Amino acid sequence: MLSTLDVRKTRNMPLGLFVSRPRLSGRFHFCGFLILIFLLFSCQSSFAQESPYIVTYDHYLEEPGSLEVEYFSTFGTQRGGNDFHAFWTEFEYGTTAWWTTELYFDGQTTFSDSTVFTGFRVENRLRLLRLEHLVNPVLYVEYEQTSAADKIVKEVEGHDVETDFAELNSELRKEHDHELELKLLLSSTFKGWNVAINPIFTKNLSPSEPWEFAYAVGASHPLALKALPNRCNFCRENFIAGFEMYGGLGDTHSLGLPNTSHYLAPAIAWNLPSDWTFRLSSGFGLNNNSHRVLLRWGVSREFSGFGELVRQLLGGHV
Amino acid sequence: MKRPLMNLMPFFIVAFAVCLALAQNDDVAPRKPRSSVYAALEKAPQKAGTRTNPFEGDSLEARAGGKLFEQHCAECHGPKAGGTRHGPSLLRAEVQQATPGTLFWILTNGEVRRGMPVWSKLPEQERWQIVTYLRSMNAGRNSTETQ
Repeated sequence: MLSTLDVRKTRNMPLGLFVSRPRLSGRFHFCGFLILIFLLFSCQSSFAQESPYIVTYDHYLEEPGSLEVEYFSTFGTQRGGNDFHAFWTEFEYGTTAWWTTELYFDGQTTFSDSTVFTGFRVENRLRLLRLEHLVNPVLYVEYEQTSAADKIVKEVEGHDVETDFAELNSELRKEHDHELELKLLLSSTFKGWNVAINPIFTKNLSPSEPWEFAYAVGASHPLALKALPNRCNFCRENFIAGFEMYGGLGDTHSLGLPNTSHYLAPAIAWNLPSDWTFRLSSGFGLNNNSHRVLLRWGVSREFSGFGELVRQLLGGHV
Repeated sequence: MKRPLMNLMPFFIVAFAVCLALAQNDDVAPRKPRSSVYAALEKAPQKAGTRTNPFEGDSLEARAGGKLFEQHCAECHGPKAGGTRHGPSLLRAEVQQATPGTLFWILTNGEVRRGMPVWSKLPEQERWQIVTYLRSMNAGRNSTETQ
């Protein structure tokens, strides 16, 4: 609860200087964290069959009522600046079999500089067709509120280039972006191969900013197409290997490849019977505007029945 | 004027998440007549229904299918495929009398409006292994009944 004094203080103060806010916010986040941990321990885990993609999306959505918690790291080399380790946490929830929603929190550490929280993203993926087809479209809509210090490189858009990341965090944090990102996820699975193509359209919500364009493509294949009768950790059926390629395509002011960066990234996913998934991807810059290496890894776990548990807690019908 | 709105964003997100949880439609199926849950099987194209199972009657493949069933299907259909609030029983005659091709088709395409996800992300052979497992349950029940 805010005291009268606190309220009085806020009237003449910029929001950033609201003295009681950090403490309140800290309690709010701590309680939220404890509730989340409780809920996750109350859920059953479930086996996930995750693709190795980190940037590209295929058309498979989260199972209804399941929550997938994911952590990813990106180590990036930086010419003309300090190398960095960017990281993000994803909470991916299957609202229905045709609708998945996600919340991301991003941060990064730039070596010899600082560690900063860089923003959040909310995304929704909507399956457009009821049945499987040769090409399956899924609509992706994301809102992101990040600072220019965000270095997770979840997608490379427009004229994003390596030199954008070279400045100090203190400078980069001054710039804030509110962006709407639209993707059309086109994906096809045939004889064990998955091929996914994602055209990307991004609009900074500032009216003067142009639309930016980008792409991500990926292909993957399980190391075995048949399951063994016994539960096993290292059998080939648990591994899916593939590659991704992603990069910018300019913006409405200057469409095309000049002054854009591009990456090629072999990737592998290991889906363990103990319900954990590990992913590893090593991206290599394909031109001088790209980071030389973006080494990524991630770990995720799926919790089934999360939606039902939340509904019970909120007094919904069981 | 923009910042107060942006500072309220976490609350909007939490409210949105709560709405999503409450909106989850896993109980849509029980509200409708029970038989309609199985009506999806009738939607399988004739050509798909006539496909033959390459692993029919193979006990080793049925065991592998059982493992896959436990990993991917038991959460909704129950560990013994007897059904839960989230998924219908697969021991019912509608399922057990369906052709292997029909079961394969429904596994591939799901029934997304009723909460059944598509499982085409599993390789084709793994889907046939699951079908083999489901058919083996029927065989097991029949032999028990005969005895």
